[in-house]
Amino acid sequence: MGRRLGDRLRGYYLAYTGGFVVLIAALALLERQGMPPRWIGYAFLFFTIMIYAAIGVLSRTANVSEYYVAGRRVPAVFNGMATGADWMSAASFIGLAGTLYLSGYQGLAYVMGWTGGYVLVALLLAPYLRKFGQYTIPDFLAARYGGNAARLVGVFATVLASFVYVVAQIYGVGLIASRFVGLQFEIGVFLGLAGILVCSFLGGMRAVTWTQVAQYIILIVAYMAPVTLLSMKVTSVPLPQAVYGEVLEKVRALESEIFHLPAEEEARRRYQARADAYAERIERLPASLVEEKQRLSEAINARKLDANAPMREVLALERQRRELPADAEQARIRWGEARQAALERAATPNHHADAFPGASEEARSAARINFLTLVFCLMVGTAALPHILVRYYTTPSVREARNSVVWSLLFILALYLTAPAYAVFAKYEIYQHVVNSEIASLPGWIAAWGKLGLVSIEDINGDGLLQLAELTLNPDVIVLATPEIAGLPYVVSGLVAAGALAAALSTADGLLLTITGALSHDVYYKIIRPQASTQWRLVISKSLLLVVAVMAALFAAQKPATILSMVAWAFSIAGAAFFPALVLGIFWKRANKQGAVAGMVAGLAMTLYYMVRVQFHDIPWLGLHGIGMEPWLEVQSTSAGVWGVPVGFAVIIVVSLLTPPPPPPVRALVERLRSPHS
Amino acid sequence: MESTRKRLAYWHRNLAVTAALLCIWFVVTFVASFYARELNAVVIFGFPLGFYMGAQGALLVYVAIIWFYARYMNRLDREYGVQDEEEE
Repeated sequence: MGRRLGDRLRGYYLAYTGGFVVLIAALALLERQGMPPRWIGYAFLFFTIMIYAAIGVLSRTANVSEYYVAGRRVPAVFNGMATGADWMSAASFIGLAGTLYLSGYQGLAYVMGWTGGYVLVALLLAPYLRKFGQYTIPDFLAARYGGNAARLVGVFATVLASFVYVVAQIYGVGLIASRFVGLQFEIGVFLGLAGILVCSFLGGMRAVTWTQVAQYIILIVAYMAPVTLLSMKVTSVPLPQAVYGEVLEKVRALESEIFHLPAEEEARRRYQARADAYAERIERLPASLVEEKQRLSEAINARKLDANAPMREVLALERQRRELPADAEQARIRWGEARQAALERAATPNHHADAFPGASEEARSAARINFLTLVFCLMVGTAALPHILVRYYTTPSVREARNSVVWSLLFILALYLTAPAYAVFAKYEIYQHVVNSEIASLPGWIAAWGKLGLVSIEDINGDGLLQLAELTLNPDVIVLATPEIAGLPYVVSGLVAAGALAAALSTADGLLLTITGALSHDVYYKIIRPQASTQWRLVISKSLLLVVAVMAALFAAQKPATILSMVAWAFSIAGAAFFPALVLGIFWKRANKQGAVAGMVAGLAMTLYYMVRVQFHDIPWLGLHGIGMEPWLEVQSTSAGVWGVPVGFAVIIVVSLLTPPPPPPVRALVERLRSPHS
Repeated sequence: MESTRKRLAYWHRNLAVTAALLCIWFVVTFVASFYARELNAVVIFGFPLGFYMGAQGALLVYVAIIWFYARYMNRLDREYGVQDEEEE
């Protein structure tokens, strides 16, 4: 039966992939015939979402085991693909290559962290969780650490980490919809919401699994296509992952040339002067704010008297005056940010492949510490994110769970080996063709993405040419704009948009399901109403899905932070809360309830404390002001887990040793987990 | 009694292979990254070695580790007769 199912699935998905390729070819042909780009964008989004919806409807289910763990009969290969799609989110698809583009070697922390974490999953968790074989991660915590206290802490951390993560996905969807279909960002967000609900609402894990396999295929084709074409163009070898070393050398040569051009240095000096001016103004607050207001008023009045002054200038000045900070406190924040932005542009850029660059020995060692701690947090977080771990509940056996991790990582590597190549090729194109060209004749993509506020240019030295320092790219742009940057047909852009959408939707589905699973299964069914009927449990679960999804969309519409840092927070949260308790739960029989609960709370609290205090200076809606602090050892807020995880381990061990050992049934459970034989 | 001893031996071999593989993982990840600047002095096919390790080398080692673990453990299960019956 297992084999027959596998064969049938392979047939379906082969046909599906073929169909998708035909769709791309057809659209490419239509584009040649003059189909407008906007229609191509619509076609891609419409067709792919229809496919997901169709799979979602076909896999609808009212069976609890099907709804939560897809009936535990997903073959290793397909579970690997589904995990890949579940895993590779908007952050991997959109954000990763862009971060690599902007920060070069430093960005590799994400590449290593998000793949090396699977070693921890494979060796420390997946087989044992499969042996345990329930529905959620809090289920495991409750069974191992006897009772609802551990379960509730687990639910809280699951919801928190997954929610931060899901907001980032929906934000990504909004971005794609607003650029490629021309919808307003907020409307795009709610469109994404509809796309997500269509897959997960009816069929739960079963529907999500089979849509995720479909989404994996689309996203990987979409990710590979532009960079392969670009590689063909630049090196005439269609294997970007293998040949980008050669391009990296060319980039290095271009960098050495561009970084020290006189105009480039001039532009950087001007940004430095601007930063200094802001610093001086901040120093003289509040007097400087009054002066600034006065200066603008005088400038406006002078222009009003002069009949020849262009109206546009007057309007611009008036807007500047209107947008002046309201009080000294606000001015300090706003000007501080402006100063920071100017400083970033004033800094001499680093060579792409240079590891831990910096002007001083301290800066270099801070870069190294941040690299290593971020890798650590991402790896531990990978091995603790509930939406990934539950995927290993869906395989038929422990053996399949082990194999499935191998497949997962192979499918994930397809993208992660390509991302660094993406960044290098994009950098080559931009340095070669965009930098130092005339601002009046810049390619169209700069204006198109500029409208969304993701690309900005400024001719600070007034020479009519675009210096590298004058170009600011949001990392999220690189992948989405690469086809345009490379001058590829629009159909490739549409394909990339469809891929990014698949990545964001698939992850959002998995996350939403995990959140609602934790709430409906763990809180409602296990704690509030254990006698609830199966049907009623699914009703609760589906209603919660709706509520959580809408809340996430509302958050995303606020455009909170860049995708990548939001996601990194989720990893630190999950890592600190779950990793110590899960690993010790399997490998240390002595770990007990008191220790686990205390350790999870302590690890989580430590992480949140550090994250909030380093990242935010004020949280107005909580009435908190002036809570910012200097980071410890220069570690950034994204790596907060590096403090939380050790605290979690230490507290579990110390508290467990101070309190009585767990009862015999728990020790028997641990014995059972350690042997695949039932 | 026999089964307890056997179970313990199985578990110890599992721990041994897990520990060994985690050591490799640690070296490839943290030791190699720590010395990335020094490794970058070596350039192969245009790739500075430190950069290459982060971008591809470490990743390939990770797959190798997981693949080896799955193969080793699946064999160990059979050797000790603890493999779970495939359902269905």
